[in-house]
Amino acid sequence: MAEESILTDDFLRELMNVGEVDILVGVPTFNDARTVGQVVQAIRAGLLKYFPRQRAVIINADGGSKDETQELVRAASISDLQHGSNLPALRTLHCISTRYSGPPQGGNALHTIFAAGDLLRASACAVVAADSTSIEPEWLDRLLRPVTRDNFDLITPLYRRHKFDGLLVRNLVYPMSRAIYARQIREPYASEFAFSGRLNTHFLSAESPQYGESGNEFNLLVAAISGGFRIAQAFLGDKTRLDQPPSDLVQAMRQTVAPLFGSLERNFPYWSNDGQPQPIPAIGPVPELNLEPLRINRKRLFQMFTHGVSELRPVFEVILSPTTYAELQRAAAKSEDQFSFKDELWVRTVYEFAASHHKEVINRDHIIQALAPLYRGRAYTFLVENRDASSEQVEENVEGLCRTFERLKPYLLDMWERK
Amino acid sequence: MREIIISELTQAMHEIARSFARFLPRLAVMLVIVIVGWVIAYSLRAALRSILRLLRFDRLSEHAGATELLQKAALPSSSELLSRFVFWVAWLGFILVGISFLGIVGVQEHISGFFGFLPRLFAAMFLFFFGLMASSFFSRAALLAAVNADLPSPRLISSTIRVLIVILVASMTFEELGLAEHTVLVAFAIVFGALMLGLALAFGLGGRDLARRFLERRFVHAEKDEREDELSPL
Repeated sequence: MAEESILTDDFLRELMNVGEVDILVGVPTFNDARTVGQVVQAIRAGLLKYFPRQRAVIINADGGSKDETQELVRAASISDLQHGSNLPALRTLHCISTRYSGPPQGGNALHTIFAAGDLLRASACAVVAADSTSIEPEWLDRLLRPVTRDNFDLITPLYRRHKFDGLLVRNLVYPMSRAIYARQIREPYASEFAFSGRLNTHFLSAESPQYGESGNEFNLLVAAISGGFRIAQAFLGDKTRLDQPPSDLVQAMRQTVAPLFGSLERNFPYWSNDGQPQPIPAIGPVPELNLEPLRINRKRLFQMFTHGVSELRPVFEVILSPTTYAELQRAAAKSEDQFSFKDELWVRTVYEFAASHHKEVINRDHIIQALAPLYRGRAYTFLVENRDASSEQVEENVEGLCRTFERLKPYLLDMWERK
Repeated sequence: MREIIISELTQAMHEIARSFARFLPRLAVMLVIVIVGWVIAYSLRAALRSILRLLRFDRLSEHAGATELLQKAALPSSSELLSRFVFWVAWLGFILVGISFLGIVGVQEHISGFFGFLPRLFAAMFLFFFGLMASSFFSRAALLAAVNADLPSPRLISSTIRVLIVILVASMTFEELGLAEHTVLVAFAIVFGALMLGLALAFGLGGRDLARRFLERRFVHAEKDEREDELSPL
């Protein structure tokens, strides 16, 4: 049954006017006036160029923007295309902009898009971030073609990133989700992805709802893995944003680490079984890392780590085992030149946090917040170790960390089941 | 004369015997009530202990910071303490009911007062426990937020918040119990006012340099820091 209850009456009427579609492209927005027009134009160009015969709709799920984002979406959907002038329109390309109920959170926007896709019986859906200024019409082809032609159920992106971009993903989210769910998905929290109608229906009709206020893209991925759906990764190109990426680390951890830890709770029967890591087919070239030099304040990361280790003692004593905390204290006592947050200690720390999150030893959000200073220490070590590293060396180091996460998975299981 | 004395004494003896005969069944009833009360209170304690264990009350109490306080005072765990408290309150209630059967003049009023006080006692306990929980939660939240925002002296901020909430909760608890309401209110106002004044003086005078550095870092150099920190966690 579709989730019509979260869709407003006006939005439902608009969807009913559209009728069934083959392809749905969702664009979640919240005050994205500066970029959304360009993104919608690229989507339109991509749909008209690569899917001219399919019935398609663009759905903009807005969180209540105050900067006329919705008006710009509507304008961009009827304006002349910048990406190509001779595109034949064989079908009407619909574009609907709606204000979803609830607070402006990505999870609510995705939920609206998923529900709309289910209601319109779209056989292929894609989600594109409204701040992706580097988007090209080809992205639509790379994301949607494997779903429409090759019967894949979920396509996650591969981007060309700077070697120090996405440190939280490289040091925690990717290696841990790979060790837990035995799939090598490089972008578990993708802002662009595509999925089949089958997977969408499966995800929405799960007995226990898996969608939340954040992390719905990750929950969809986990649903695809545990449901045995076909997954692939597609290379899109450079990922650039108009603004600097969000610098609020705690908020980023709430959006990524909290859903990852939460998913362990729901999917324990699946991940507690032994599973060998399975590679995921990659469509397109394997992206290389961008090695341009960056000016980074490493010293501040180190200071915040040592400060956190000493100041958060009463919190760490509840979350961590005495051995791990003692090791952290020893590491934090070293000078900046000698300090190193080794892979094994980092993995044990993360697993103990995950187990404490499961046992709810203190408020779960406090557990996520307490991990932030320790992550800063790990990020510092990653930056130092890979300062002069080549693309291959960085990949080797990340691979080494992934293997440590996989090797210590029994430690997590042991902590998980211990009373 | 002698006969009168003997008659009076005999009558008095009869009176005592009659009174004793009247009192004895009441005493027996009281003893029965006390014994039955003990059995009921004991069963209540055992049942409550099991329920609290099932509800993981000790963990809740640990979260509230109550366990730490109890350990410092060499007292048993929260669930054990609460079970014992309920046992004694229940048994004391039965003892008082038993005493009321003895028909002693003036006791009845005190017994009614005791039973009237019980709801307030439980409300005060409830208030105090959840107040401790709130103080623990908010002080930890402040500690984490201060550490992640790189503020100076996070533990001082956290402890101040904890102390303030505990003082507020303690004064509310005493007010609920009706114990020295005015004294507690005045004491609370003095302590709270003194703390605020102390903080203002400490920050304004003693911590002048610290405050300046902190404000400079927050508002003057913040832009520079952000420019240097070009890393994206995601």
